[in-house]
Amino acid sequence: MSKVRVLVGTRKGAFVLTSDGKREKWDVSGPHFGGWEIYHIKGSPADPNRLYASQCSGWFGQQVQRSDDGGETWTPVGNRFLYDGIPGTHQWYDGTAHPWEFKRVWHFEPSLTDPDTVYAGVEDAALFRSNDGGQNWQELAGLRGHGSGPRWQPGAGGMCLHTVILDPTDPQRIFIAISAAGAFRTDDGGRTWQPINKGLYSQYIPDPTAEVGHCVHHVAMHQARPGVLFMQKHWDVMRSDNAGESWQEVSGNLPTDFGFVIDVHAHEPETIYVVPIKSDSEHFPPDAKLRVYRSKTGGNEWEPLTKGLPQSNCYVNVLRDAMAVDSLDECGVYFGTTGGQVYASADAGDSWTPIVRDLPAVLSVEVQTLA
Amino acid sequence: MIQVVLPAHLRTLARVEGDVKLEVQGEATQRSVLDALETKYPMLQGAIRDHVTQQRRPYIRFFACSEDLSHQSPDAPLPDQVVAGTEPFFIVGAIAGG
Repeated sequence: MSKVRVLVGTRKGAFVLTSDGKREKWDVSGPHFGGWEIYHIKGSPADPNRLYASQCSGWFGQQVQRSDDGGETWTPVGNRFLYDGIPGTHQWYDGTAHPWEFKRVWHFEPSLTDPDTVYAGVEDAALFRSNDGGQNWQELAGLRGHGSGPRWQPGAGGMCLHTVILDPTDPQRIFIAISAAGAFRTDDGGRTWQPINKGLYSQYIPDPTAEVGHCVHHVAMHQARPGVLFMQKHWDVMRSDNAGESWQEVSGNLPTDFGFVIDVHAHEPETIYVVPIKSDSEHFPPDAKLRVYRSKTGGNEWEPLTKGLPQSNCYVNVLRDAMAVDSLDECGVYFGTTGGQVYASADAGDSWTPIVRDLPAVLSVEVQTLA
Repeated sequence: MIQVVLPAHLRTLARVEGDVKLEVQGEATQRSVLDALETKYPMLQGAIRDHVTQQRRPYIRFFACSEDLSHQSPDAPLPDQVVAGTEPFFIVGAIAGG
């Protein structure tokens, strides 16, 4: 029978939640790395027992932990993230030049075919790759070396490369997103990159339609349609039908189009999910009601999903990497909150149940569907 | 043998219990002790000193014999009691944050 494993990164450790295919009863293991910030944990599609975890601390810096047994045991691997060449500068919050400084890994994206190959999106924004299971890391410097690099500027959470999407039909194509530079694409395996931000409109920057400078919060893609991308921008929910060449707004009837997460149903490429957040100055749900919004039309027409979610006095946030879907026949949807709840829906969002309620603030949620 | 006391999180990371005892080649300095520590426990590389500059991380301090050695030269000799193994070299994480 199928199993589901939910990998949860929190402010104070990692947790692994497991269930059978019914997704009614859950085992909770953790905290792993108690007291450390776990920004992200993700499993290899080529070997589900191979997991990579980003463990970091303001005191002790970055660690990378690897598990070869599905999270039972962990081994620290390489943590030398050295920018290629002379790092140069990007813009600081006040517009002055600021040297590129490595701070942490926000996101791991394991290769679709090789468990030993994994990409790391880091702050200050850059993309690294390891081909030896995380022991050694090399920067794909063509991204940061794109001519716009010196104009990139951090968002409130830091200048993080938080999204890495591998095209399942073209191993040379990778999409990434950076707060607050925007989205980029490579078609040659990471050697050269182009910004893909046409159609984005950000009224809070000097040139609202600039080539770079947009605060992209997250991007999602369905594996069966790699040319179609969905984006939760700082404000605005967007879609692209041409691999990012251009974007159209699909916020439609959302109560607010600010938010962090966005994800796609495992079997319905036009069914997407967001969690609207009131505003960039009030990082909690509008009307104190935690509502996932689902569109079955690829955007514009949205329905609130509330069954099982708190509909009063709720002031949590759902951060950019804290939503994921499983691939069971009835698609499961999961998200974690800054209040420490991890909610699961075994019916594609129609109803929700908390798996756990009192974890540390959740930074990331990933799901593995196991045979 | 030089005794090194690690903060709790680094003991967990290095999978050691209690103090660490190190054989240090040549003169015992902050640098040679940390080199020996990182050789024995490679997972501590980058956790105490920056990978490239080898400078102490900002929230880390070094103490021995009731003295703050954090701002001394990394190549200054450590106190005799540390070299003799009668006093430990403390690596301390700042008490900060929540």
